Amino acid sequence: MSEHAIERMKDLPSTHLLGAGTAMCAGCGGLSALHEIYDVLGTKTVFINAAGCMTLLAVYPFTPFRSSWLYTAMASAPAGAQGVRDALDVLIAKGRLPRDEDVTPVVLTGDGAAYGMGLAATSAAIERGLDFIYLCYDNEGYGNTGQQTSGATPHGARTASNVGGRGYPGYKKDLFAIWAAHQPTYVATVIGSEPLDLAKKIQTAAALKGPRLILALAPCPTGWQFDPQELMEIGHLAVRTGLWPLKEYHDGKTTHTRMPHPRLPVEAYLSRQGRFAHLFSPHRDDEVIADIQARVDRYWDEVALPQSAMPDPDP
Amino acid sequence: MPRELLTGNAAAAWGARCAEVDYVPAFPITPQTEIIEMLASWFECGALKGRVTMLESEHSMVTAAAAAAATGARVFTATSSQGLLYAMEMLYAVPGWRVPFVLVNVSRGLATPITLEPDHNDVLAARDSGCLQIHCASCQEVLDSVLIAYRLAEHPRVRLPVIVNMDGFYVSFTREPVEVPEADAVRRFLPPFAPLGIELRASRPISQAVAALGSSQYSYFRYEAHLAALQALEVYDDIAAAFTAEFGRHHAMVEAYRCDDAQIVFLMIGSFATKARAAVDALRESGAKVGLVRPRLFRPFPSQALRALLAGKRAVAVIDQNLSFGKGGVLHTEVASALYGERDAPMLVSFVGGLGGRDIAPGEFHEMAAIARRAADEGHSPEPRLLFTAEELREMRKLQAIAAAERSSLRSLS
Repeated sequence: MSEHAIERMKDLPSTHLLGAGTAMCAGCGGLSALHEIYDVLGTKTVFINAAGCMTLLAVYPFTPFRSSWLYTAMASAPAGAQGVRDALDVLIAKGRLPRDEDVTPVVLTGDGAAYGMGLAATSAAIERGLDFIYLCYDNEGYGNTGQQTSGATPHGARTASNVGGRGYPGYKKDLFAIWAAHQPTYVATVIGSEPLDLAKKIQTAAALKGPRLILALAPCPTGWQFDPQELMEIGHLAVRTGLWPLKEYHDGKTTHTRMPHPRLPVEAYLSRQGRFAHLFSPHRDDEVIADIQARVDRYWDEVALPQSAMPDPDP
Repeated sequence: MPRELLTGNAAAAWGARCAEVDYVPAFPITPQTEIIEMLASWFECGALKGRVTMLESEHSMVTAAAAAAATGARVFTATSSQGLLYAMEMLYAVPGWRVPFVLVNVSRGLATPITLEPDHNDVLAARDSGCLQIHCASCQEVLDSVLIAYRLAEHPRVRLPVIVNMDGFYVSFTREPVEVPEADAVRRFLPPFAPLGIELRASRPISQAVAALGSSQYSYFRYEAHLAALQALEVYDDIAAAFTAEFGRHHAMVEAYRCDDAQIVFLMIGSFATKARAAVDALRESGAKVGLVRPRLFRPFPSQALRALLAGKRAVAVIDQNLSFGKGGVLHTEVASALYGERDAPMLVSFVGGLGGRDIAPGEFHEMAAIARRAADEGHSPEPRLLFTAEELREMRKLQAIAAAERSSLRSLS
């Protein structure tokens, strides 16, 4: 973990820990976030993996990690972290493990597990106050199997399982709010294209104890259909349109770490991705675009309201 | 050594306590719950050093168990029936991690319909998981088998999880005199947990349970786990002998009762075998040469030991307390595969009974012995027999009549 407080871009770690040559796709937004997160967390970590794209990071006999790895299953990575943390605590208490050999369990999961199959295990780990870091790379679909709709898929997006004219009819689940409702130690949204914001949050999380959950939007060139070289631009647009609010929850309060102003219209983001192309061609679907815009506007209007008696202003 | 009255559940908990387990991930389910409650109270009062954690499902419970074992701790856990099935993905996954831990399963019939009393469809669903299986018939055997299971699981040539099975209600809730061994004696029998390099430490990073996408690599690791399971057959007798030397009780991988001169043999697993044992005594008194074979070890399957015990017998009545729909008894299939093609192989006759804890009456054992003898005489084995009496069928018809009457009265109301 970095020794000094990260304040400016030049404070970002210059040593990069994650090895190159993985099986991830070119322009993977999850991998870029993981690179940045791992540099801040450091090597006294064990990554507890749930089934997803990143399961293919460690394929026998290679791993890009300098620290430990334990693959579990799709639904139960937080329970794996529980077993590891409990065992480490017991072994340290019994004098069978020197304190300086301790490691931090870091769950590494995609949105398919985080928003769906693994949600009960995550909820229960937070309930129990498990001392761990939970990292979800959210590419808004079951990416590893070809981008079918998951609980994280946004309204209107076309996926491999919602191929109709209007895309996915449901709305992206607010996982940040679900996590925050458990009152864990720390929750934050991040994105790889905002490395300073990301690094500050990871540094904050790393210094705390208890459940610390990080939700990283992971633009996905193959699933979202954009050119891999546009990864950072797509990420910037997600933030500047207000579609991906950067925020953190700590001590019962939610704080937005970026207030995009002026906000770009959502179509600046939507129109750059193949998964939303049907909203613009052959006919422009004003209704769906306006719905998406209205929800973003309402979200930020509520953020702008003066703090009321409500403990959490999030929708 | 004084003996005290313990339920099978309490005996399982004492087994874990004697093994000085570090960690118990838990989830309640009838009829297993008493085990985890006892262990939780011991951790709470300091009689056991370590931690019990209540998970939100058996799937998570087995994940946590294996993850803790992979970190370097001695782990115990327990479940039953639907819980074992809910954990099934992980039960199949974690043997490949090559981490030892012990899971006590308290057998209970599976849904549908939901029931509480025992049969073995739950634990037999884990047959091909890679977890080893020891089946118990008494409370003392449960305690002893937990200790034997740790030696077996942690053996450097094995390194696999072990399931110790007992029958719900018949063993789990039945008090029997049980000798709880002294701590020093247990420590002599069961050395402290040795991670053998499978552990999580900051200075020695390790990648565990990684993907192996090449089919040759995959086959290699699968074969390795299989060969490790077979190694358990090689080391079991030494472990059982060491147990006998320390505690005086002997637990063979296959228990044989009055088998030496037997012509007809009952073959069963679990506590219902004690019913067969009583039937053997009764049949012997009437002059019939009948015996009982009870495999304790089910995975790895003790084929060689069974061949040695059963060669030359006239007939074996395999009584399955489980049912594979569309096939029949699972144990029968296993025994048949062990004996097929052997010189002097006995006639095998298949019976299914004891489902959901249904009693097997002495008269039924006598009838099964007679059917087995007749099959040997005729040189032809009859179709598998599902134990069910005319009286049971009459009672069932009464219930169906009540159900029909209730339904029609509801219809007339609407």
